[in-house]
Amino acid sequence: MNAFQYKDAANAEAAISASGAQPGGKFVAGGTTLIDLMKLEVETPRVLVDINRLPLTQLETTSDGGMRIDAMVRNSDLANQELIKQRYPVLSQALLSGASPQLRNMATTGGNLLQRTRCYYFRDVAYAACNKRDPGSGCAAMDGYNRIHAILGTSDHCIATNPSDMAVAMMALQAVVHTQGAKGNRDIPLNQFYRLPGNTPHIETVLEPNELITYVTLPALPEGTRSYYLKLRDRASYEFALSSAAVVLQVSGGNIQNAQIALGGVGTIPWRSREAEQALQGKAANEETFKNAAQAAMANARPLHDNAFKVKLAQLCLRRALRVATQQS
Amino acid sequence: MGIAGITVSAHPLLASPAAPPQTEAPVQTPAAAPNAVPVTLNVNGKQYRLTLDPRTTVLDALRENLNLFGTKKGCDHGQCGACTVHINGRRMNSCLTFAIMHQADQITTIEGLAQNGQLHPVQAAFVEFDGFQCGYCTPGQIMSGAALLHEPVGQDDDSVREMMSGNLCRCGAYNNIVAAVQSARRKA
Repeated sequence: MNAFQYKDAANAEAAISASGAQPGGKFVAGGTTLIDLMKLEVETPRVLVDINRLPLTQLETTSDGGMRIDAMVRNSDLANQELIKQRYPVLSQALLSGASPQLRNMATTGGNLLQRTRCYYFRDVAYAACNKRDPGSGCAAMDGYNRIHAILGTSDHCIATNPSDMAVAMMALQAVVHTQGAKGNRDIPLNQFYRLPGNTPHIETVLEPNELITYVTLPALPEGTRSYYLKLRDRASYEFALSSAAVVLQVSGGNIQNAQIALGGVGTIPWRSREAEQALQGKAANEETFKNAAQAAMANARPLHDNAFKVKLAQLCLRRALRVATQQS
Repeated sequence: MGIAGITVSAHPLLASPAAPPQTEAPVQTPAAAPNAVPVTLNVNGKQYRLTLDPRTTVLDALRENLNLFGTKKGCDHGQCGACTVHINGRRMNSCLTFAIMHQADQITTIEGLAQNGQLHPVQAAFVEFDGFQCGYCTPGQIMSGAALLHEPVGQDDDSVREMMSGNLCRCGAYNNIVAAVQSARRKA
């Protein structure tokens, strides 16, 4: 691990200023991604700004009936909060399907949004070719073993999947990320927060250097909204998704209204599927509709030699999630 | 040929006063690292003043600086749970957090779990139900089990399995671990 200078910050302004004072600054919250990657020498910050003392630990309802989740709210606290479980079950389910109880006690809301890929070639510096780690060096996964890699949103430069469960649920919930930086505050809808890899896979979000996520808001959901998160993986617990689906919708007179669909484990970013949403809008909540939506979601899939199974898996995953969500009372 | 080969290849490893190393590798103990800083840790109710490289994890500080060897290093990447400790009463992977980040926190390790000479109920249950074989994962399992008593967990065995999934056991003592945790929960 490279040596770094440690700085403690008491508030957001101090953290932003400490991180920006010299090049190579990083914020550390739960540390479950960053410190892991520092041990692997994938991340090599020169300054580490500890934001664990920041007063960003509240979880409260907003005036419009939504929720405000401060960036330092731990994943376990968010998952088990009563209002989240009642109003946004998809988010609680997604969080509890991720990592382990120990890691959920450490990981934060802001940090989870910035989780980095589990691509084995990205995580192992013995492989020289990784455009995400070393821009312009190539992609070892493209011709390597790419069973866990993405089929949506890929480019010729990167096929790494985003590993977050939480972000998939938040994508379906149309969350907004609120940030603070040297240039002021920003409100960034989550569906504009992540950047497709394109030819710059090392740039994963629209965040500026030293810009700090301060909180996330979830909009209020209409009365009667149903939501559900289904995650499919190699083990029943403590494993990343091969395919997951977050479903948020209403059913009126047997027809689906306002479906918001996001997929995990298959995209280079938490994947909002407008195609599936359009295929569901106003349609009868039945198997034929679910099948059409699942096919629409995968219409632009680009499978590689080891991950073609994900096309079928993602379709079955979404169909089952829709079946469960629409059959809820 | 084989024996000769071994002899020859072993030769450079022998101490040879005639051929001292040209450059001495810098030997850095954590305390002697050039950027070491004062770090205060509260572990099992005791305050410790240390001088640590900021790169020192809680796990390494416990084992290398405080001689508290109960907490085990398995994967060192948050994947096995052998390093589980309680920080302010919550279970965490001590390998994935730096000691310098926990100067205001209360750390409890397996050494601090028994009180007044009495085993913690989860420790006693591990003995009663034979919840271990080689023992390497056991401190982490017990620290997870002890924390689980105060967490929202369903009553059934499957819920316990799910909430113990962050602790791997290569011996496969899982059935007895679940039995031990369930027994401790019933008595809690």
